[in-house]
Amino acid sequence: MSVNYNVLGLVFASMHDSYVSELTKSRTMGSIPFGGRYRLIDFPLSNFVNSGVSEVGVITKSNYGSLLDHLGSGRDWDLARKKGGLHLLPPYSQTGGIYKGRLDALNNIWGFVEHSNAKYVIMSNCDVVTTLNFNPALKQHMDNEADITLIYSKGYYDGEKSNCATVLEFDENNCLKDALVAPQIKGECSLWLEMCIITKEFLKKVVADAASRNQHSFTREILQSGNKDFKIMGFRHDGFFTRIDSIQDYYNASRLLLDPAKKNALFMKNMPVFTKIGDNGPVKYGLESNIKDSLIADGCIIEGTVINSILFRGVRIGKDTVVKDCVLFQGTKVGTSCSISSVITDKNVEISNAKVLTGSETYPLYIGKGGKI
Amino acid sequence: MYSKKRVVAMLLAGGQGSRLYALTKNVAKPAVPYGGKYRLIDFPLSNCTNSGIDTVGVLTQYQPLVLNEYIGNGQPWDLDKMNGGVHVLPPYETQAGASWYEGTANAIYQNMGFIERYDPEYVVVLGGDHIYKMDYSKMVDFHVANNADCTISVIDVPKAEASRFGIMICDDKKQIVDFVEKPKEPKSTLASMGIYVFSWAKLKEYLIENENEANAKREKGEPWSKDFGKDIITSMLKDGQRLFAYEFEGYWKDVGTLDSLWEANMDLLSPNVPLDLYDPNWKIYSRNNNYPPQYVGDNACIENSMISEGSTIDGTVDFSILFSGVTIEPGATVNYSIVMPGTVIKSGAVVEYAIIGSDSVIENRAHVGSSPENIDNRERWGIAVVGHNVTVSAEKVVEPKQIIGENI
Repeated sequence: MSVNYNVLGLVFASMHDSYVSELTKSRTMGSIPFGGRYRLIDFPLSNFVNSGVSEVGVITKSNYGSLLDHLGSGRDWDLARKKGGLHLLPPYSQTGGIYKGRLDALNNIWGFVEHSNAKYVIMSNCDVVTTLNFNPALKQHMDNEADITLIYSKGYYDGEKSNCATVLEFDENNCLKDALVAPQIKGECSLWLEMCIITKEFLKKVVADAASRNQHSFTREILQSGNKDFKIMGFRHDGFFTRIDSIQDYYNASRLLLDPAKKNALFMKNMPVFTKIGDNGPVKYGLESNIKDSLIADGCIIEGTVINSILFRGVRIGKDTVVKDCVLFQGTKVGTSCSISSVITDKNVEISNAKVLTGSETYPLYIGKGGKI
Repeated sequence: MYSKKRVVAMLLAGGQGSRLYALTKNVAKPAVPYGGKYRLIDFPLSNCTNSGIDTVGVLTQYQPLVLNEYIGNGQPWDLDKMNGGVHVLPPYETQAGASWYEGTANAIYQNMGFIERYDPEYVVVLGGDHIYKMDYSKMVDFHVANNADCTISVIDVPKAEASRFGIMICDDKKQIVDFVEKPKEPKSTLASMGIYVFSWAKLKEYLIENENEANAKREKGEPWSKDFGKDIITSMLKDGQRLFAYEFEGYWKDVGTLDSLWEANMDLLSPNVPLDLYDPNWKIYSRNNNYPPQYVGDNACIENSMISEGSTIDGTVDFSILFSGVTIEPGATVNYSIVMPGTVIKSGAVVEYAIIGSDSVIENRAHVGSSPENIDNRERWGIAVVGHNVTVSAEKVVEPKQIIGENI
């Protein structure tokens, strides 16, 4: 993929943090570990890089220590560049304190956006995991001379189980009719993937207007109030996607990757997902190990049984231990003769010998960072 | 502007590795995959970084494409430096003409200009075909403490094996008094590991002398050579220079043959072998392929094995090393074998006591290699080898000891 200097990427690393409060206690949405060796921000960053976008700003909010540590200079995403590259944009607001909504955040970093030579801006959150090439959507946006193109997927939606999904409605010309946040409906809907393409000149105008009116919300002011005045269109993405807006969702979304068809739709050969390199050794399986239906990252040493689980880098599983339906973050150590099922362990949790921990499929047991049991 | 470096490392990576046959058909020996996610050169390069040596010249000659691409700017080993870093040094043309590297000493001789730019006190000379973790800075300290001109790293080998190595005979202060290449009746069990520390001024002197003498012999039609062990070390000993043996304790393995490559991989599965790839303070770095974690399916049965990122395992794997991006289909069996990156073992295929090169395909019900128990005549048993980018068609058999370099 050659470089497309016409596009600036913007990632909102903290959007919807509060919905997954357990996992964002000491990190941002973007730095939530996912899929055995990734952080959620790896997916939008890789989508940009694989689409030829090499100038990307990451808008942070609070708790962004782990995010900075993960991203570094952006080298692992090939974003340590002289021309473009990765830019970390701290969260200050011109009205004091931390920015209030997406429009406020954009107003505060406008100098960065203005400085870029790009004519189009692609914005993405981190709470929808998908692999997609932005170029077909960008072509449609340019052909239609749209102000905004919202990227959405068709999917089943249940208002009772969703916290913050945005349901979109389009007319017969593919123009936005309405955008509803977490409506109490059920069924097949057009779900916004929290990604959109915006013409920069247009964005400049609406950001300035919103600032002068003290308005912050992109969804309310632009997608809901503005859909009559602006040319807002949809682009349908048909690939695999999953959205994370609660810890139960996180658990379910993680385990979707144990279906090889879904895993292969997220990790495509020509669209590699980049992440910080850990330089761990290969996985070592012991003499009596028994593994089924699991995703296992490098650096793990497994001497027991692992079924239907996701193990991040450097996890240790002792002899005679059974791990079932679990998601174990980096550096988790489980001793010998344990039985743990439906458990999510955060980083560096240690479970000593002969412990039994059982969560439920619908309500996994979560053990916080560094917990010792 | 080059600032001074106390130590510069020179890594000899030009050898063909002809005893690895099909595995080095298109790649230089240091680029041969090892240990699930590494290539041989990862060990000396990582050792350099972990030892605080940040200036490394890599001398390449044979089939350098894969090796050059792999080393790149040296970033995976932290060797992408503003001053120093890793530099690939192939043979080049001068006003006097072009010349291939005519031996290990000549390769360094031709790159004296590279070394001089850093004005080093000491030069560490390394090979690219050994598996070991070693702190070269301790060896340099030993060299300095002995006021040595050359220090050679040695390892104590079993007496029965000593005749395979270059053997050092030392006095009680570890000063080398004699050196014998592959002696029939070894007088010592201290084998050279092919790792040298030289005081640069002294090495330079001997490189120039060797070059001139060898060229003079060549003109007279006499036999000549430009080799470290044979020429430089021998001359230094003859002249009474101070040569010392630095005794290394730990795991060290030469992987010059197919058998030793297989054994060195299998060693990783033995709890008694002291080579820890999981030590956070001495990581072995390698270039990463950005593969997802490995997926283990419902039909998988994995025991005592090492498997790397991007693999999909749905068959039986026992006592084996599987590299990144390997696929083992349901009903396939891999025992006591090494399967290199990107290779597919299809359903019903059996791979035993074998090395399968990268990006190869073992089709359905093919059978590669055999357990020694199934062979009456032990003379006929050995590791079966399939090279890189080779397809073994359905139901074909590759016998033990057979080496397959083309599709069958």
